[in-house]
Amino acid sequence: MTLTQTMTQAPARKLAQRVWPPLRFVLTVAVTFLGLLAITFVIGRVVPIDPVLAVVGDRASVETYEAARQAMGLDDPWVVQFARYVGDVVQGDLGQSVSTGRAVADDLARVFPATLEMATLGILIGVALGVPMGVWAAARQGTWVDQVIRVIGLAGYAIPAFWLGLVGLVLFYAKLRWVGGPGRIDIFLDGMVPVRSGLLLLDSAIAGNWEAFHSAFSHIVLPATILGFFSLAYIARMTRSFMLEQLGQEFIITARVKGVPERVVLWRHAFRPIRVQLITVIGLSYAGLLEGSVMIETVFSWPGIGNYLTTALLNADMNAVLGATLVIGAVFVAINKGSDALYRLLDPRART
Amino acid sequence: MSAHEMNLRDWLTSDDPETRMQARLGQGFRLARALARNPLAMVGLAVIVALLLIAAFAPWLAPFSPTEGVLANRLQPPSATHWMGTDELGRDILSRVIHGTRITLMIVVLVAVIAAPLGLIMGAVAGYFGGWVDRLLMGFTDIFLSLPRLILALAFVAALGPGIENAVIAIAITAWPVYARIARAEVLTFRNAEFIAAVQMQGASSWRIIGLHVIPLCLSSTIVRVTLDMAGIILTAAGLGFLGLGAQPPLPEWGAMISRGRSFILDQWWVATMPGFAIVIVSLGFCLFGDGLRDVLDPKQRSKG
Repeated sequence: MTLTQTMTQAPARKLAQRVWPPLRFVLTVAVTFLGLLAITFVIGRVVPIDPVLAVVGDRASVETYEAARQAMGLDDPWVVQFARYVGDVVQGDLGQSVSTGRAVADDLARVFPATLEMATLGILIGVALGVPMGVWAAARQGTWVDQVIRVIGLAGYAIPAFWLGLVGLVLFYAKLRWVGGPGRIDIFLDGMVPVRSGLLLLDSAIAGNWEAFHSAFSHIVLPATILGFFSLAYIARMTRSFMLEQLGQEFIITARVKGVPERVVLWRHAFRPIRVQLITVIGLSYAGLLEGSVMIETVFSWPGIGNYLTTALLNADMNAVLGATLVIGAVFVAINKGSDALYRLLDPRART
Repeated sequence: MSAHEMNLRDWLTSDDPETRMQARLGQGFRLARALARNPLAMVGLAVIVALLLIAAFAPWLAPFSPTEGVLANRLQPPSATHWMGTDELGRDILSRVIHGTRITLMIVVLVAVIAAPLGLIMGAVAGYFGGWVDRLLMGFTDIFLSLPRLILALAFVAALGPGIENAVIAIAITAWPVYARIARAEVLTFRNAEFIAAVQMQGASSWRIIGLHVIPLCLSSTIVRVTLDMAGIILTAAGLGFLGLGAQPPLPEWGAMISRGRSFILDQWWVATMPGFAIVIVSLGFCLFGDGLRDVLDPKQRSKG
């Protein structure tokens, strides 16, 4: 853009600069959600299962078939059908599940806390280990420490989560007996804790049932650690590259020349400015963990949304599949956009 | 070192090449030399070459049949005859893993062949035309980008039905947006360059410019990204196979093999673990090579993890 162009547009721009970014952000989020709905809508329509046949049976006459078809609204233009679908979803109606016989929305509300609990513990582990590892790797750039951390990071991209879960089960559950097996809690303790938040660790702590707490912890620790490993890989990698960017700047050289201890240079001078960038990274990997839990939950028979989704997939229970896809997708988008918004709020440089 | 070899090197690294071919070969030579200095990238390259060779010569390399087993030999632990043991139908796991390289390679190549050109064209068109075309195409891309890839792939396979072809389609549908974003960003760096204006003034059509001048310049960053994505594609394909949605039995697909071995995991650990090692080695190979390739081809991307 040339200088004159910039100058003539200046006053209009100033006003637009205040109103437009937040508005644009809200619009983007809304469009993304609509896009997600459009995708699940389209998937629901291309399924080779005929929804009318499922209602009237395959021996129905042509008239019955047509009547049912019209009653179900499948004759309407697709725009109308899509609008109806969006309306239903907004009201929390995701249809009935064929395999459980309940409303998909109720099913999802019941299984979601289990996933949330595991993913949250996973991200805590990932951050607690990944950030220091990234800082350490940056401080020792090019040494064997850096190489080892780099390989650990790459392993996070190369190891299938479900396989690592199986290996972990064999090793730490079957052979070493360090952790509990599949499921959320030992069978004889199942249902002994009153459900408040749905997070078993929290609920058993509130109830003061430490036996249940211990059992729940021994069951969650392995799947959460494995999930955490995958977020650790990404977090450590990003922390390292952010740190390297900071450490190459002149104020770091100044600090070192002044004789500031290396620990202070690392954590106070270099680490502080990257905290805001890390929020986005952590948000992204948290959202990724919700997704990654699909595989881990299948391996560990964890009664969360991922397990629900894969069970529904195998039973061709399309309402449940699309409902779960929609919820995971919506949470994913919400965390993504939320961390993006937080980043803009906290970092003055991003507020252009 | 002989005089002839010395001349070849001089010719390749010459600062003022006389022909286009010399310039290209020289560029390739410099690239290969830079890559060869990175030991991890070389390890990755070795893994990829090994994968290609094993896939090409699978029937000759595999000691046993991948689909027919001897039931009397079922669930044998690793031994001198069966290096990776046998599965529940008495099939040699090593032979199945070797034949599995063909399936993995096929999935990876098909996804790359479908998704990369699609993303490349979308990004190039959006970046070249700008304006509302850009906004429309990139808006569409961003929606796909901000959705979870694995879950989308699962939902698509659920709709299309299980099977290896549908798995490929589902993964490709979720893979292209990244390439579109990268290509667009690349185009914007030279969209207003003089050589584009020069071709325009010679009367070249927009499509000719995009096809012959814009897309070739985006290739290197797309290739880097595709190589880096290979590991993710392999993992997703294996995950679909593990869930029973990808390759169907008796195909020796690694993910499906792990899924079968799950039932015996506590007593016959090798059935599920052996194919997993194959997945890890191949994915790691692509990761390492992609990392090295990025450092060489695309130094400005280096810091972005």
